[in-house]
Amino acid sequence: MPAKIVETSPKAFERVAVDPVTLDIIENAMLNARHEMDAVLFRTAMSPGIREQGDAFPMIANVDGKMVVGQFGSFIYGFKEAYEGTIEEGDIFLITDPYSCNGAVSHINDWLLLRPIFKDGRLAAYAAMFGHMTDVGGKVPGSLPTDARQIYEEGIRVPPTKIYRKDVLQEDILNLILHNCRLPHWNRSDFNAIIASIRTAEKRVIEMANRFGDDVYYSALEELLDRNRRAMAQLIKTTVSTRKQSFEDYLCDDGMGMGPYKMRCTMWREGSKIVFDFEGTDPQSIGSVNFFLNEEMFKMFAGVWMIMVFDPKIMFNDGFYDLMEVRIPRGTLLKPVEPAALSCRTHALGRLFDVLSGLFGQSNPDFLNAAGFSDSPHLMYSGYDKNGEWFQLFQIGFGGVPGRPVGDGPDGHSMWPNFTNVPNEFVEAYFPLRIETYETLPDSGGAGKHRGGNALRVGYRFLEDGEISIHDDRWLTYPWGVNGGAPGQRSRKELVRKNGSREILPSKCDRIQVKEGDLLNFDTWGGGGWGDPYARDPAAVVFDVDAGLVTAEGAKAHYGVVLGKNGGLDEKATKALRARLAKKRGKTGIFNFGDKIPELKKRCQKETGLPAPKQPEFPRFIQAIQANAARTAAAGKRQKAGSKKGKAA
Amino acid sequence: MSYRLGVDVGGTFTDLILVNGQTGDVHSAKVPSTPSDPSIGVLNGIGRICQNAGIDPNEITHVMHGTTVATNTILTHTGARVGLVTTKGYRQVLQIARSFVPGGLGGWVIYNKPPPLAPLSLTIEADERIGARGEVVTKLNRAKLTKDLKALRKKGIESLTVSLINSFANPAHEQEIAAIAAEVLPDIPVSLSSVIVPEMQEYERTATTVANAYVAPKVAKYVRNLQRELKKEMKRVQLRVLRSDGGLASAKAAEDYPVNMLMSGPAGGVSGAMWTGKQAGYKNILTFDMGGTSTDVALIQDGQAQLRRETSVHEVVVRASSIDVRTVGAGGGSIAYVPEITGALRVGPQSAGADPGPAAYDKGGDEPTVTDANVVLGFLPSGEVRLGGDMVIRRDLAEAAVGKVAKALKLSVKEAAAGIIDIVNENMYGALRLVSVEKGYDPRDFALMGFGGAGPLHANALGKLSQAWPVIIPGSPGVLCAVGDATTSVRDEFARTFIRGFSETNAREVAKILNQLINSAARSLDRDGIARNEQKHTFQADVRYRGQGFLLTVDFSLDELEKQGLDVIGRQFDEVHTQLFTFALQEEKEIVNLRAVAQGKPAAVRATSLDKGGSDPSAALLGEHLMFVDGKDRKARLYDRSRLLAGNVVRGPAVILQMDTTTVILPDHVGRVDEFGNIVITPE
Repeated sequence: MPAKIVETSPKAFERVAVDPVTLDIIENAMLNARHEMDAVLFRTAMSPGIREQGDAFPMIANVDGKMVVGQFGSFIYGFKEAYEGTIEEGDIFLITDPYSCNGAVSHINDWLLLRPIFKDGRLAAYAAMFGHMTDVGGKVPGSLPTDARQIYEEGIRVPPTKIYRKDVLQEDILNLILHNCRLPHWNRSDFNAIIASIRTAEKRVIEMANRFGDDVYYSALEELLDRNRRAMAQLIKTTVSTRKQSFEDYLCDDGMGMGPYKMRCTMWREGSKIVFDFEGTDPQSIGSVNFFLNEEMFKMFAGVWMIMVFDPKIMFNDGFYDLMEVRIPRGTLLKPVEPAALSCRTHALGRLFDVLSGLFGQSNPDFLNAAGFSDSPHLMYSGYDKNGEWFQLFQIGFGGVPGRPVGDGPDGHSMWPNFTNVPNEFVEAYFPLRIETYETLPDSGGAGKHRGGNALRVGYRFLEDGEISIHDDRWLTYPWGVNGGAPGQRSRKELVRKNGSREILPSKCDRIQVKEGDLLNFDTWGGGGWGDPYARDPAAVVFDVDAGLVTAEGAKAHYGVVLGKNGGLDEKATKALRARLAKKRGKTGIFNFGDKIPELKKRCQKETGLPAPKQPEFPRFIQAIQANAARTAAAGKRQKAGSKKGKAA
Repeated sequence: MSYRLGVDVGGTFTDLILVNGQTGDVHSAKVPSTPSDPSIGVLNGIGRICQNAGIDPNEITHVMHGTTVATNTILTHTGARVGLVTTKGYRQVLQIARSFVPGGLGGWVIYNKPPPLAPLSLTIEADERIGARGEVVTKLNRAKLTKDLKALRKKGIESLTVSLINSFANPAHEQEIAAIAAEVLPDIPVSLSSVIVPEMQEYERTATTVANAYVAPKVAKYVRNLQRELKKEMKRVQLRVLRSDGGLASAKAAEDYPVNMLMSGPAGGVSGAMWTGKQAGYKNILTFDMGGTSTDVALIQDGQAQLRRETSVHEVVVRASSIDVRTVGAGGGSIAYVPEITGALRVGPQSAGADPGPAAYDKGGDEPTVTDANVVLGFLPSGEVRLGGDMVIRRDLAEAAVGKVAKALKLSVKEAAAGIIDIVNENMYGALRLVSVEKGYDPRDFALMGFGGAGPLHANALGKLSQAWPVIIPGSPGVLCAVGDATTSVRDEFARTFIRGFSETNAREVAKILNQLINSAARSLDRDGIARNEQKHTFQADVRYRGQGFLLTVDFSLDELEKQGLDVIGRQFDEVHTQLFTFALQEEKEIVNLRAVAQGKPAAVRATSLDKGGSDPSAALLGEHLMFVDGKDRKARLYDRSRLLAGNVVRGPAVILQMDTTTVILPDHVGRVDEFGNIVITPE
């Protein structure tokens, strides 16, 4: 049973003609409203995760739940289909359980608040926002246990719940939830901030409907969706082939000593429609790296990807959804079966963008970007300080944006919208640690005509005993280069004990005990290079060496650029070296993955200091589930055929 | 007798306002600008205005000036070669910045980051460390630093910036480095982050200090040159420069802290609007300053401009107080286009700039601009009815350019032009919302003042969109800025980061710091010859709920603080938080920065009054022509602004011409000329 919408006015919206200028005005006004949502949120939220790093995403959707402005596409379909209650004026829903909203949010740290906007008794739009809460309870501080096998270990799950009814906060429910979190005052403040933000959106929507008239407003939103659909149809026709093309990339490990996990997608065009098929993706993990991927959300990822790469001026919304079909087999890493653990889904989410990049790029190499910093690694540090106060830090890491057709990738930056780092002075003032190093690593960006951005090293000196958790990836596989560009450097985590002893930490780990005076070097990874490094302007290489972003040895080895004694370019030697290196290298392919997986595994211990992950064991029940699903589908088909016959009779 | 002079140097004209210090009587003058050396134009103007007023230039005691030289240095990348010293481990602080990539999901695909103002090749690390509470963790390695500074000298730096981690909590190491630099680099100016902006957040503090060093030589050269030229004619004159926050700084302060002058230009306009509004009886004003490439808007409430603790110029964002001026890339030169795939009409932010400029200017431009659309619609008359300036306006070229957009949209040329104007108006309305609705202010409680070269063309339409009435068109945009320069007061402020929860400190401790800060500010004004009894002292705290990132600034007096304790701060904070965000929290509040502001008295200036006339404006009538509005051609009257008299009533549709701008009055609206020469537009 899908959700029932309760309206007191029976009058339906009427589609009327909207002149092109009014349409553009409404489009701008909707964009303004969405930016206003961000502004309100970031100013009032309290957890550094949302407030400084911007880990929150707004949306305004039309009356049917299609996203008109926003970022990750509409999750309202998923919600409406899974929710069995009513949607009424004055409701605000809180949803955190991915399994009860078809993956509208993909781990329970993300709190989704959804507001149906009513005007004169009619549902007119939706405003929604989800944000990452620093803690939602569960077995480890930060609620992202790498060793969880079931979602029950990851904290409190909230199925679609009316946290406001008739605009009254259901305090008992909120208190119950907050009681299960380690930092309830942060959750409460962030909750308030999200509510303030979606109320802002509501105000703007109502103002707009009043200004232009309900039907014009309604029709304009429809027209904006149509306009986007037309543009995307054009884009699909010109950029996607009817020939099947596949691309695969890997998640290095699952934090339980197994990996890598394959993510594979095949894409082709059927008439005006693109099909994405994830057949060939590995089965779900017994750990928590599963990513419950909502099909509609994937459409938005793919659509935005196409827009950014091929024509960034197109305004994106959900209008094109019926031009895409997404097939994700159940029981795989991207469509795990309940109650699989989901908390550490961020790596697969990030890697999905590399898959997309490779998938579209292989037939359009001019538009191809290298693999970049496709993740948002975390560090958690918690414990009791000398005054007996609980502290709990959650930090997101940054890394190298890849080399791109438009230029070099920025060093130590974010690839997620709106993310910013937390000022180190702020961290030092509020948490018992000192950040001794905050710099990008020379030569860590993949060499290329356009260089990949460098990885970031953050050196944390801990000033209190406590424990840390780390979530990162790309320590085994390489961020690949393209069109002749080299891969970027992989990630690495090293703990230097106070007594000077050193240990390499796994890319994903929990409950590592640290002592006052220990130092953690948290190195992320570099972006892949774009284009032939021997074709890079030698002056640009010399500039990077002067800046300390590339070493003189790196310039020679990776770019064939030789520096003279005074640090300037040795033109003659460079020309000769480049010719020699190019000849030795021979022809380059579109992608440079560093090496094949078995080879990487073989050299793993030596190169990374960590044992190679073992071949993943997949949950046994998956096979049974898949067989059941096949049977049910067959039965369903028979039944459908039967009922059709019945009706006809 | 003593006189004060306000000077605004625009791209075309230099405007001057002369104020009699005793009577407040005013003279004005307009002369052509001299871009290669603006001081020539200024001196020409001074000659003219003194002649008009019949005074000796030596009677001028103060010249007050708003300038865009700092802004332009950043926009044109022509600043100094800045060397930077950071703490070990932080050499790349500007390279990494806040790791932010603009543009939403996938925005990184098309983002190219501008290089930092201090290049990495000129950045060195000092081996030292201060902790978060100001404690010395590692002493400065002086020998290594000396060696590295010598290497920097060889690289030809023109300026040195020192910005160390946690220096806001303890500046000792920055000072130590300054002392070493004075020996190693004796003729290189040094800026310390603990002096320029002693506040938490290493990237912002470093970026601000570097920006200061980057613009300093250009600003110093400009200010010194102007001062020298002025002194030739006027022996005892003092030059003062308008700060971004609308206060005046001495020439010396402008040279030392040029980062405070980044918004000096727009601040002049806002200050002028503030004063002009007050004369005309309006204390709540939205300012709307539209030029060739961009539009600046700001909000004035109860005669005060809203300030913010940040100034941004293009992609450079610094920690310096400025009037909260929001800029959108929409101006007369903004280009309209129709992307092939969506078929939508877009306007700006690309601009035809001054060169080649709009198609109608016949300087080689052929892209359709907002100005061309205004020409097509008849809002901007072409041909012989133009007044002043040498600018040619060719309607045929404007029509051809707008025709491109019309063809793509399948509309008539006039309809397409109307579309361009509607879209650009909507973009500018978006900026007005940022300073009003988004901050909890209702535009209907404000008057709208339109100025700048193109403001008066669009102001009536913006009034319709925002419902901010009346729309006020001041006498002349350049004069408005010069008035702003002449009517503001000398201001200086000192701030300190002092992070304490309300439960961890008390009113006495806070008052003690504020007393120290105000002493510094007051001494700065003393040096400017402003007696203590002429100074006004105010106090501010930047406050947030503990754990929040966003700071709200609260004003209070020391007296209130003494009587009511910290509660005077807390209560106001809750009120403002509720106004902005609809809620207040039961969380512990936290002071982050304390600030003391010393201000001199503003000059008393009497508004000039216009000769009175009847309601009939026909003495100023120039003729009639067609104006395309609301989907049809209508007959509009053209007037000469210089011949309008106080009391004249101009009914729309009408176009009022003057040398430096053009005012449009739409149908069903009426413009009344007030006694000060403003046109006050309201719906009929």
